[in-house]
This record gives sequence, C-alpha cells and structure tokens, in this order.
Amino acid sequence: MTPIEFFLAGTMSAATVFLLAALGELVAEKSGMLNLGVEGMMAVAAAVGFVVTYQTGNHFLGFAIAGIAGILVSLVFAVVSITFLANQVATGLAVGILGLGLSALIGKQHESLTITPPGTLNIPILSDIPFIGPVFFQQNIVVYLTILLAIAISFCLNKTRLGLAIRAAGENPKAAEALSYRVKMIRYGSVAFGGLLAGFAGAYASTIYTPLWADGMIAGRGWIAVALVVFGTWKTGRIFLGAYLFGMVSLGELVAQSLGIGIPSQLLSAMPFIVTIVVLAVISSNGARLKLHAPYALGETYDGSEPR
Amino acid sequence: MQFEFERRVTPSRRVMLAVPFITIAITVVLSGIMLLIQGKSVGLTFYAFFIEPFESAYSISEIFLKFGPLLLIAQALAIGFRAKIWNIGAEGQMIMGAILAGSVPVYFTDSSSIFMLPAMIVLGALGGMAWASIAAFLKTQYNANEILVTLMLTSIALQILYYLLLGPWKDPMGFNFPQTVMFQDAALFPPIIFGFRLNYSLVIPILFTIFAWIYMEKRFGGFQLVVGGLAPQAATYAGFSSKGAVWKSLLIAGMAAGLAGMSEVAGPIGQLQRSVTSGYGYSAIIVAYLGALHPIGIIFAAFFLAVIHIGGDIALVSADLPISSVHIFQGLLLVTYLASYTFVNYRLKPNRANQEQMEGARS
Amino acid sequence: MNEDQSSLLSLRGLTKIYGSLIANDAVDLNVSPGSIHAVLGENGAGKSTLMKLAYGVVPPDAGEIYWEGEKVDHWNTSIARELGIGMVFQHFSLFETLSVVENIALTIKGTRKELIERINDVSAEYQLEIEPDAMVSSLSVGQRQRVEIIRCLLQDLKLLILDEPTSVLPPQHVRALFDALRKLQDNGVAILYISHKLEEIRELCDTATILRNGKVTGIIDPNKKTAHELATLMIGRDIPKIEQRQSANKSEAAVLKITNLSVTNPDPFGPELKDINLSVFGGEIVGIAGVSGNGQQELGRIISGEDLRKDLPKSAIEILGQSVTDKDVTSRRDLGFSFVPEERLGRGAVPPMSLNQNALLTAFKDGMLKNGFIQNNAVSKFTKKCIDDFKVKCSGTAATANSLSGGNLQKFLVGRELMLAPKFLFMSQPTWGVDVGAANEIRQKLIGLRESGVAILVISEELEELFEITDRIYVLRSGRLSPSLKTSDVTPDEIGEYMIGETREETAHAV
Repeated sequence: MTPIEFFLAGTMSAATVFLLAALGELVAEKSGMLNLGVEGMMAVAAAVGFVVTYQTGNHFLGFAIAGIAGILVSLVFAVVSITFLANQVATGLAVGILGLGLSALIGKQHESLTITPPGTLNIPILSDIPFIGPVFFQQNIVVYLTILLAIAISFCLNKTRLGLAIRAAGENPKAAEALSYRVKMIRYGSVAFGGLLAGFAGAYASTIYTPLWADGMIAGRGWIAVALVVFGTWKTGRIFLGAYLFGMVSLGELVAQSLGIGIPSQLLSAMPFIVTIVVLAVISSNGARLKLHAPYALGETYDGSEPR
Repeated sequence: MQFEFERRVTPSRRVMLAVPFITIAITVVLSGIMLLIQGKSVGLTFYAFFIEPFESAYSISEIFLKFGPLLLIAQALAIGFRAKIWNIGAEGQMIMGAILAGSVPVYFTDSSSIFMLPAMIVLGALGGMAWASIAAFLKTQYNANEILVTLMLTSIALQILYYLLLGPWKDPMGFNFPQTVMFQDAALFPPIIFGFRLNYSLVIPILFTIFAWIYMEKRFGGFQLVVGGLAPQAATYAGFSSKGAVWKSLLIAGMAAGLAGMSEVAGPIGQLQRSVTSGYGYSAIIVAYLGALHPIGIIFAAFFLAVIHIGGDIALVSADLPISSVHIFQGLLLVTYLASYTFVNYRLKPNRANQEQMEGARS
Repeated sequence: MNEDQSSLLSLRGLTKIYGSLIANDAVDLNVSPGSIHAVLGENGAGKSTLMKLAYGVVPPDAGEIYWEGEKVDHWNTSIARELGIGMVFQHFSLFETLSVVENIALTIKGTRKELIERINDVSAEYQLEIEPDAMVSSLSVGQRQRVEIIRCLLQDLKLLILDEPTSVLPPQHVRALFDALRKLQDNGVAILYISHKLEEIRELCDTATILRNGKVTGIIDPNKKTAHELATLMIGRDIPKIEQRQSANKSEAAVLKITNLSVTNPDPFGPELKDINLSVFGGEIVGIAGVSGNGQQELGRIISGEDLRKDLPKSAIEILGQSVTDKDVTSRRDLGFSFVPEERLGRGAVPPMSLNQNALLTAFKDGMLKNGFIQNNAVSKFTKKCIDDFKVKCSGTAATANSLSGGNLQKFLVGRELMLAPKFLFMSQPTWGVDVGAANEIRQKLIGLRESGVAILVISEELEELFEITDRIYVLRSGRLSPSLKTSDVTPDEIGEYMIGETREETAHAV
C-alpha cells in the first residue's frame, strides 16, 4: 500500500467508530431522547468487548457482548430519564460519568494488553482494482456492515411505519400518545438501539481499530459522535459524510508523522476537537435550518400528564 | 399493582430535604452490592471510605483541602445550571486558570515579590474566564451548543497543558518528566497549620459561597438567571437578556474554576503537571446537583464528596479498592439523585387501568 | 349491566382528579346513534377532560364506559378507535414535519397510493379540500382541522368527537363545517360536540349535556330552552353584560404607530409580516381579529420588543411619538408600555414561582429594588394589593402561578400590568381559557381604562369579544393587516371575509 492508500483506508476504519455511535444517537434523538451518555456507553462496551475477545479469542462474541453492555448502560439512562422523568441532559452526563468509572474497573486487569485484530474481508475482483481496491475493498467486515446499516437506518426512518412512529414520538409525544402509540416504549426501544450501536462502536475501537485496552481510550469520540448528529442536521447521509471527515481528521497525527511535518503532536491531537467547535458554530449559526430538522420535542421530558 | 407519576401542583419541600439522604443511602447499598460482586469486604471498604478519613488530624485537613475546590467550582456551576446553561467544561477552565497562574512563577523563577500570589490569583481567574468566554461567545453569536463546546475546550486545554509541559515550560532539571519547576514559596499559599497541606486558599471558596448565596437569594441578577432557566420565554417577556445570562453564567464559572486551578498549583501541587485538576471539574457537577443547586446545600455536598475522595484514597491502600470505584460511586450518586429528585415534583399514584387488569387476572 | 340499549356511547359516573382539582365529578353522558350531542360548559368546567376520558386518552379514576350497551374494560384510544370513535382535538394532534398523507398513515393502514385515493374521495364527498402531499407545517389552522376530520372519516366511523372546533374558524367556514357535520349525521354517524358557545349549540345540536365545575347540571334540548336558562345551567347565573360607557376623548397623536412594517420569519413554517400599518390612539380600544397562526404571535413579539429587529427602518415602530424600533423590552416599558401575552404560564408568568416572584418579574421598577437587592416588603405589598384589587382567588402571595385557575392567573397578570399605570396596554387573547366571570371583569377593566385615556390594543380570536369592547378592528391574515374598520360599521360576516381573504371591496368600510 502507498501512504495515501494507507491513509484513506485508515480513514474508513476510523470513521466507522464515529458512524456507528452517531447512527445510534440519531435514532435515539429522532425519538426525542437526547442521550449524552454516548461516551460512557462506548467506554463500557470497549472494555467489555476487549475483555471478552481477549479471554475467548472470539471477535464475534466480543462484539455481541459489548453490544449487550451498551444496551444495559443505555437502559440506565432510559429508566432514569423516561420512567423517572429526570432531565435528559443531566442524566446523560451522569450515565457518562458512571460509564467511564465502570469501564476502568472492568478493564483494570487488562490494562495495556493487546489482541490480534480480525483479518480484512477482501471483496473479490473489486479489491484487485488499483488504488480503489486497497482503499475501499480491503476492509474488515464491520466497515461494510456499518455502511449497509446506515442505508438501512435511513430507509427505516424515512420509509417505514416504524420510522414514522419513532419520528412521531420525537416530534409531538402527546399527539402520538393520543393516536395510541406507546411513546415511552418507542423511546425505550430507540435509546436501547442507540446503546447497542454505541456498544458496537466501543468494541470496534478497542478490538479492531486499536486492538488494545487503555483506560480512557475512547478519548472524546463519543462526544464527537453526539456533535456529528447536529452537524448532519439529523440526516443520515450528512452524518455519514461527517463521520468520514472526522475519520480523516483523527488520522492527521499519523499523516503528519509519516510526512515528517513539524507540527506539535498536541495540536494534531486537539484537531478533532477544534474542528468540532468550528463546524458546530458554522452549522448552528443557521438557527432556522437546525430548527427545521431537529426533532421538535428533542430533550423534553414527557410525563404523559394532561393539564386539566 | 402499577403506579404512574402525577405532577404535584407545588414541589414538595419535605421530599426535597430528604432526597440527598435517600440518594446517599441507595448509592451506598448499590455500591455495597458491587463490592460483594468484586469479592471485597463491604465492612472494611466502607470503614475505609467513611470512617478512616476522620481518624487522623492529617486526613481531616486533607478533606478540607479537597473541600475547597469542589465547593468553589460547584457553587459557580450551580448558578449556571439554575439558568440552564450547561457548562460542563469547568475542568478545562480550571486547567487554563492553572496555566495562566503558573506562568508567573515559571517566568519569574527567582522572584520573591509579595505581588507574586496576587498576580497569580488575578491571572488564574482571568485564565478560566477567558476559556469560558470562548463558549459564551460561540453560544451567543453562533448558537453553538455550550455542552459540546465546553467539553471540547477541555480536551484542547489539556493538549495545551501537555504541550507546555513537554516543551517550553519543562523543568530543565526534571529528568524529562512532563512538569514545570517546583514553585518558590512566594508563589504558594501559606499553610493554615504548619505541617499540613491545608492552606489559606480555602478563604476563596468561603468568600465565593457567601457571594453565591447573596447573589442567588437576594440579588435581582440571580433572580433573572433563575427565571431564564425555569421559563426562557418569561425571561424574554420581562426583558431579561438571554445572552447576558449566558455570559454571566459562563464568566462566573470560568472565574471560579480558574481560581480553583490556581489554588491547586499554588497549593498542594506546587507546580504545573499533567494531573493538575484531580477531576474536580467533573466532581463539582455532582456536588452542585447533590446540593440541590442551592448555596447552602452545596456546602454539605462538597464536604461529603471531599470525604469520598479521601476515603477512596485510603481504601486504595487499606482495602485494595481500585481508584475507579470513586468515579463509579460518584456516577451512581448522580444517577440516583436524578431519579430520586423526581419525587419532589411528582407523586406516585396507583394506575387504575393496570390495577383493574391485575384484579381481572386474579378473579 | 343492562344499559339503555339505544345509546351508542354511555359514560357512567366518570370521575377524574388532578391533584386537588376534581376535573370531572361522577359525570354521566349518553350519546344516541345518529345524534348530534353537545357538551356545553364554560372554560374550566371540565369539558376537555371529559372528552379525553371518552376517547381514552386518560384513564378515569372512577366510573364505567359502555359501548352499544356493553361495558368495556380498560378503555383506551386504540379500543375507542377500533369501535369507531374518532376525535378532532382542540390543539391538533398532527405532526408538523410530516405530510398530510404521512400523518394519516400513522393511524390508517394502507399503502401511500391507496391512502391518497381515499383522502381525495372523502374530501370530495364532504367538500373538505386538502392536498395529500402538503406538509402540515404549511397548512393553515383551518386546513389542519380538515386533516384531522379526514383522518377520522377514513376509519369506520360511528362517533366523531370535536373539541371546540369553531374557535379556529372564520364565520363562513363555520357554516361549511356544520354542513359537513350534518352530512355525516345523515350517513348515520353520531357527533359529540364540545363548545362554550350557546348559539352554535342551538343551531347544530339535538341534545346538550351541560357541565359546571366538573358536574352535570342538566341534559336538555337546546332549542327548547331560553338563553337565560342555558346560562343559568352553565354558569349558575345570567351571562354578565359589559357596562358600556362613552369612550373618552381620543388623543391627538397616536400612542402606537406602526408604519410599513415587514418582517421575515426565522421559523421556516411561520408566517411573515408584510407591510403592516397600524395606529392606536389614547382613549380607544383597537382590536386585531383573525385566526391564530396568521402572524398574531409574530406581531405581538415585534410590538412588545421580545423579537427585536435592529435592521428595520427607524420609523417602523413608534410609541408616544418616539421611535422604539431598536429599543428593547425594558426601554419600551419605561415609556409606559404594558403587555399581557397569550401564554400565561411560561411567558406571562413563571409557573413554579410564587405570585410575589411573578410580580417582581415585570414590576421590579416599582420600588422593588434597591441597588440591585430585592426588597421583599415592597414586593409582597404590591402582590397583596394586586390580589385584593383584582379579586384573584389564591392561597396568598406565596401561591405558585401554576396553582391558580386560568381566570385567576389572568386577573393577576392584568392586575400586575395595570398597577404599573401604563399609557399603552397591549393584550393578546385576553380571555383564552378564562371563565365567564373573570373574562367579564377583565373586559370591564379594559373599558374603564379606555375612559382614563389609555391606548389599548387587543389581539383576539373571539369576534364577539372584539365587537363588545373595541372601537376599531383590523384583521390579520397571512401576515397582512386589513385596513382599519370601524366596529360600529361592520358585521361579523364582513370581518369573516377579511379573515378568509375574500373581500369584495377592499376598502368598503375603511376609516
């Protein structure tokens, strides 16, 4: 592989972490739930995924159990904010703090250990095309599946009755309830789905992208995923592009090193966060567009009560 | 029988007072269960956590050493939270305060001027405020979400700190460790009692608590912030500036966090190093909530969390408890608190529809 | 168990309690097949609660529900809909960001194509025109109501519940709605019709169940009772009449003058104000009629200064001869401007705050502050006087705003603003959700205020109200303001024509 091929192929892999987590958050937010605990869910799942894969050598099992772990953490958020009607922002933060603590505890015995990542799945014929092959068609299977998942989620949200129900719960929960949709159940389901994908994202980060466990390894990627949903103005296609952009930015450090550019590594490490702030400011400054696409009841507690 | 929540017409004061205690009780039970799962001795651990911190004068003084920054930052964050300005980047503001304050002894290594400490106090406050004002500017001018911006700014502040410690500010005699020189006495708060680390920086959180109480309970400015948090439309209707609220909340928090960062480097740490914040910026969020966002409640909450921090350190040694347990305990506290607080605004009411179903099933 | 077999829906002893408020107290209601049955009661009598119970939106605390003589357990909206009940809500249960057909697909099965076909059929049959692919956000309030009605018609409908359906319609459209409802009745559908308007019910309904304070006070044939008898059942006495007095001398100069005001709307769904010209003189009450959603909110915020546009020409808004276009809320209030908005909870008042604190909200310049410190004595003195003078029923100055009934809170807010001795008072929807007694007191206050030379501007959906108290009326439609119309020279129908944009002679009664 040439350096440029290596860089672009790496971008796809790095982007997968962002994309998985952001897609999950998108579904949760579409149902009206602003879950800021993505970082915590990812951290727990990353630890669980790593430990399981390390102990069993089975990547599939690691992913599956990490997904379950993500769901379990997301359910803590769901119980407190949906059933107990707590403020979603504060609950998300709390779950994030809890998740980071739990991940450190779970991964404690495996600090700095490594595992072998799974091999790549080379798509026949296509992977032999010069340049395009190594960049796009010599990836591991999760990269391909995540792209398919993005398409499936886009289809589900926009074209199916289930997607309609999820959007209804996020637009106007009271009205949805009046039409006998069970808003709280829909929201539980959406949050849990977000937890599942955050779990996969965490497992991808710790068992495939950088197959080692280090405390704090998620390093803000959960938060960037939350920001990506805003960048993408709640549209799957744009979130997809955003995830790939951030995949590229997060590889900047690697590129600068290989090209021998003399930029302090701290600046490169801070780059994703600087880009996040700049993009966030640019996108948010058009308040009308945000309002047009944001789920109307996003972040509002739904207590189902009827004043008189 | 199933229950549903029914909104109370007025929040229950009795429940509000009970919530912190219920929260602590539930959290203790939950963490007890977690200890059992880990195969730890529950009794020994809780003894180390809650009793041992009070067993020596030194550890009591250490409690107050942690109490200071927690109290200071939590009071300021609570003001913003009541206005629903979600500044969760106190950690970053603290780092910038520490960096700016630390610049004085870094550049004037030999000075023993009496203006050293005052200059550091001023720069510390300004550093935190400057960092917070980026978020305030982006929020008011570009409508950028302050949660994400303050968080990202924390990560950036951390990288700036690393850059300085590994580059221009590295102690030339420090065996290549990422840290600055140890600060001279003129750049440090004098200890309150000789031989203990507890120092006169404690005056700042105490003064700030008095300020917070007066501001939120007696001043129209505090009232305006609370209105903006409870009913933003009513604030606009009354002519209270929402941009002003963002600036006020963030600048107050930035100042407090910057001062806390300054107190750390001019106190127990005595230099700039990688772990300059001890996570106070995040812990203070929990303190603010556990204290019901009220200046008086926060005093107790800050003390409680200071005990937990010291207890955690002790348990690390005497009960072989991982340091992450303290973070888990804090996370559990906040989760439980938020769930319990619901009972202040809601009461449980049997759900009649479900009740009938159950009875129908039985008969 | 054996109920009156002839009734379609029968509610027996339904009780619903919210906190300390008994919204419905053992209410009985029987709807016969094919009838148009009214539920009549004033604001706060418990009509909406009863309808939510009937449709299963909320479960009752006690009581039973029968359908075609059979008791139905675990009554909820899906059972209600399966049995053939449809409901048109007062505040619509539609989704703004979805199209008409998507909204309908939420409850009616079928492919997109089938649904569009059925929508077109039904809308042709009942003359309820609608574009199936239109986004709900682009529809007027009247069109949204049509979508809700069509959604009900697409199910196998036996009973249609409508909650205050005419409050959002101009008079002409009310007639079209009634035609559609009568046609439904001919097709064998029963209708449960909720309203507080006596005349409508006499025109449309066969039977009326009357509610007062959550209790049934009578089941009558509305055409066989006099207005006096109906009023007595509804509010316990005659509907109070406003004491009309001669209006005071109109001031020479306009107190409020808006000139060629055009404002873009940041909300992509909201109407834009276009070329507004409006003046209000001291000693007169000017009304702005029109269905909500035509720019009322936007105009209100522009006048109050809550929506401050610094790019407008300086002459756009003047108060007492001074340009206030770029002045904020506080500076406008300093000139003697007072405002009572349409949302009382959350805008006019902070719901969980005490009346004391809510007094402080806008009256803080009335000696309540000293160097920025709140003077609690001054605050509670003001609050007490407001409660006494304006007969606000509450548990005291520490009562929270959300513990007051709609009427009492509105009296408190009006009191608070009037105690500031305004030269220009602006009220938006002064009697929305307010009981008859309080509404009357508020209108009487406005008339008294006119006499003392205050300029008063009222935005209202209630045409009757505007005809009762105003000297001049403008009509706001699609962000445009009609010419000024002298109240004594126009009829409700003429106002209605402006509301739907079908004026024959643009300047017929312009003054």
